[in-house]
Amino acid sequence: MDMNERKIGDVILALDNISLSFGAMKVLDDISFDVRQGEIRSIIGPNGAGKSSMLNVINGFYHPQEGSITFRGEKRKEMDVHKAAASGIARTFQNIALFKGMSTLDNIMTGRNLKMKCNIFQQAWYWGKAQKEEIEHRQKVEEIIDFLEIQNIRKTPVGRLPYGFQKRVELGRALAAEPDILLLDEPMAGMNVEEKEDMSRFILDINDEFGTTIILIEHDMGVVMDLSDRVVVLDYGLQLADGPPDEVRSNQTVIDAYLGVSH
Amino acid sequence: MSNKPHDTFPRLLASHVKLRPNHTAMREKDLGIWQSWTWSQVSKEVQTLAGGLASLGLKRGEKLAIIGDNRPRLYWGMVAAQTLGAIPVPLYQDSVADEMAYILDNADAKIALVEDQEQVDKLLEIRDRCPQIEHIIFDDPRGLRHYDQPFLHNFEDIQRQGQEYNQQHGDYLNNEMAQSDGNEIAIMLYTSGTTGQPKGVVLTNDNVIITARNGIVREGLTADEDVLAYLPMAWVGDNLFSYAQSLVAGFCVSCPENGSTVTNDLREIGPTYYFAPPRVYENILTQVMIRMEDAGKLKRSMFHYFMEHARKNGVKILNGEKVSVTDLLLYKLGSFLVYGPLKDTLGLGRIKLAYTAGEAIGPEIFEFYRSLGINIKQLYGQTECMVFLCVQPDGEVFADTVGTPAIDVEIKIDDNGEILYRSPGVFHSYYKNPESTASTKTPDGWVLTGDAGFFDEQNGHLKIIDRAKDVGKLNNGTMFAPKYIENKLKFYSFIKEAVLFGNERDHSCAFINIDLEAVGNWAERRNLAYSGYIDLAAQSEVYGLIKECVNKVNKDLSKDSRLGGSQIHRFIILHKELDADDGELTRTRKVKRNFVGDRYKVLIDALYSNLDECHVKTQVTFEDGRTGLLEADVKVSNAEVYSIDNLTAASEV
Repeated sequence: MDMNERKIGDVILALDNISLSFGAMKVLDDISFDVRQGEIRSIIGPNGAGKSSMLNVINGFYHPQEGSITFRGEKRKEMDVHKAAASGIARTFQNIALFKGMSTLDNIMTGRNLKMKCNIFQQAWYWGKAQKEEIEHRQKVEEIIDFLEIQNIRKTPVGRLPYGFQKRVELGRALAAEPDILLLDEPMAGMNVEEKEDMSRFILDINDEFGTTIILIEHDMGVVMDLSDRVVVLDYGLQLADGPPDEVRSNQTVIDAYLGVSH
Repeated sequence: MSNKPHDTFPRLLASHVKLRPNHTAMREKDLGIWQSWTWSQVSKEVQTLAGGLASLGLKRGEKLAIIGDNRPRLYWGMVAAQTLGAIPVPLYQDSVADEMAYILDNADAKIALVEDQEQVDKLLEIRDRCPQIEHIIFDDPRGLRHYDQPFLHNFEDIQRQGQEYNQQHGDYLNNEMAQSDGNEIAIMLYTSGTTGQPKGVVLTNDNVIITARNGIVREGLTADEDVLAYLPMAWVGDNLFSYAQSLVAGFCVSCPENGSTVTNDLREIGPTYYFAPPRVYENILTQVMIRMEDAGKLKRSMFHYFMEHARKNGVKILNGEKVSVTDLLLYKLGSFLVYGPLKDTLGLGRIKLAYTAGEAIGPEIFEFYRSLGINIKQLYGQTECMVFLCVQPDGEVFADTVGTPAIDVEIKIDDNGEILYRSPGVFHSYYKNPESTASTKTPDGWVLTGDAGFFDEQNGHLKIIDRAKDVGKLNNGTMFAPKYIENKLKFYSFIKEAVLFGNERDHSCAFINIDLEAVGNWAERRNLAYSGYIDLAAQSEVYGLIKECVNKVNKDLSKDSRLGGSQIHRFIILHKELDADDGELTRTRKVKRNFVGDRYKVLIDALYSNLDECHVKTQVTFEDGRTGLLEADVKVSNAEVYSIDNLTAASEV
């Protein structure tokens, strides 16, 4: 379907002149870009370009030395991990970070943690309010399971699942937090063509059904160019380009630094 | 139950609403919970849907295409169409758009009722080739929010529209229902097209309902059966077991959560009446065996001990034959410790009757299930007669026969060995194809099956050898029945698919597809490393393994004077799995022999030469329609050929 019908709103997150160093090593050097409500925004670049660091700055895991972050109109020097999660930013990781011994269902349920209002004692009794709450959360989790088409592995321990499914479960857990912004760190690394297509469809559907803003790091250029509304290109901490896929694709600096190599 | 002709499905539904309004008619698992509908609830859903279809202009004799997985709403679509005197035409949900375009166009489908976005997208893609489709109704709205085509409708909107329509039009539905009778067309089912384009088999209400009822009478089925609807709705078997027989007998049909949860859902529902093609039974058995190999020593030895006991006594007990008291007690203990828990795990714990058909089933597979006390039987049938031609009677179950004729079915064998039949289920015609109708149905009502077979003189059961047209001759004059031999090969769990060549040649040769799971497990046990199918298929140890299987088949063939000359001289293990997306299999997973023969001509030439290796390039299609090139060096192996005289038939069973 025509993607233009999607509603892309105002800027929800703006990064201005961000610089991040670890000792003498400059990982991000004066990076500025913004993310609009409801868009799929990609960050691309070769290995070591600073993409994952950029995500870590956005969700407050790294604190940049310079620059500012404006989130929902509020300007600050750095994000805070817990506040970021509480204010609707969820993420998945480049290396899967799930509870391997727990089932798909329970793993996704952990994503509801921040939404649970009952305290640990109420939950231990599992009576009245706690029970009602748990049923509501389970309903939400079942909707996610349905959405990601993983009903068949609902009760399977995650450690036993193939890689592609683990990635899907991780996406499910991030979705369980009902985020406004979803950070996806290489969601398709190591997948075959079919798995990539499934994952692409899920990303589009999440964006479309829930209006979730998505910030995506991905190596597969075909996928990035198909999915993204706008793309920012990093190379060794420097920002090479920023714009719609077509523009980025034809940008000579980008071609020289990245696209022209092998893809 | 006697044969009442002139029934229709909407009237059967109405009779259940009167007889058992609060009896569960359908179930579907949604968001992890089984939802259910009683007969009276189903009837209401059907009425509003029928009204909605009428408001979209669906009239008597027009066609409603139905495409999707087994969903209650799609089954309701069938009764709703029949309520209006319209004709449901279910399509295979995994067909690609091109295949669908042909059927939709050929069937003159006016409205399509589909499951989800995937099917809607396919229909939109072929819309210019099927201009007669006026409306598309979808069940699951996910992903369709931005589709603004005026001819696309949400199922729930159509039901709302139907409610209004029914209010405004008073007795319209009842009048339409009253106009239908047994001679009216109930449904059109497209045969999967082993050869050429699919043909629309037109079946009347009497064809379907009388045949369904005869099956129920013969097997003593009741309104208390539980059935899991998991086979394609476009297939005649699903239409019989999950639709027609449910509406005749009044039993409950459950729809799985989705295609990949069937094993879980089977366990939760525990059907009493079950159909599966042989490969499903094979897969279950293979998995049980693999899991038992990985189990602890105690469990493993217990399993093997009791399975051995079951093998000796289980079938006798199932057939009601006498066994000693000790054996009976030991079998009871085995039921408690092994058979019962095993059947429960497989979801087969409550089975009263399990059918298999479509292809021959391996004797050891058959024996495994029957020794556990699962009454699995073979049946033989076709779309053209609404399935039932022959069924094995209780207590007379053999691996190599398909049983005795079903109620009201007459069978004869013509001079060429081809099987002909006459029955109340004999189809009306092939849609818009009088030539094919005339060449299949004789003027006095006999139908040519295209299968070659004979009646076993000892037990009166029908035995099928092969497709009549596939039975050929080797240059030495021996009868060449490729499927018969392929089935013998496929009985080995290591062999997933086999294709035999030999007609008008000096001897037979075979292509083999190994079963990745079974051979993979075998390889792991021997510490053989492999990266995937291609790698595993090329390993010399695997060639050795398959050669043993081929040799055993040859030994078996050598005992048969008619077929001994068609032993397999050389074989290769194919470098890729045969796939319906590449056109090598039909959608029901039958091998298209000629197509495969043309596609891999290089390999056939190698088989009939002295080469022991051959380089091959193959174009493959991925699920998304993209193509790629596969290159491999394929080895050719010789097999042992046994002389027909030197072996005594008694040396091996």
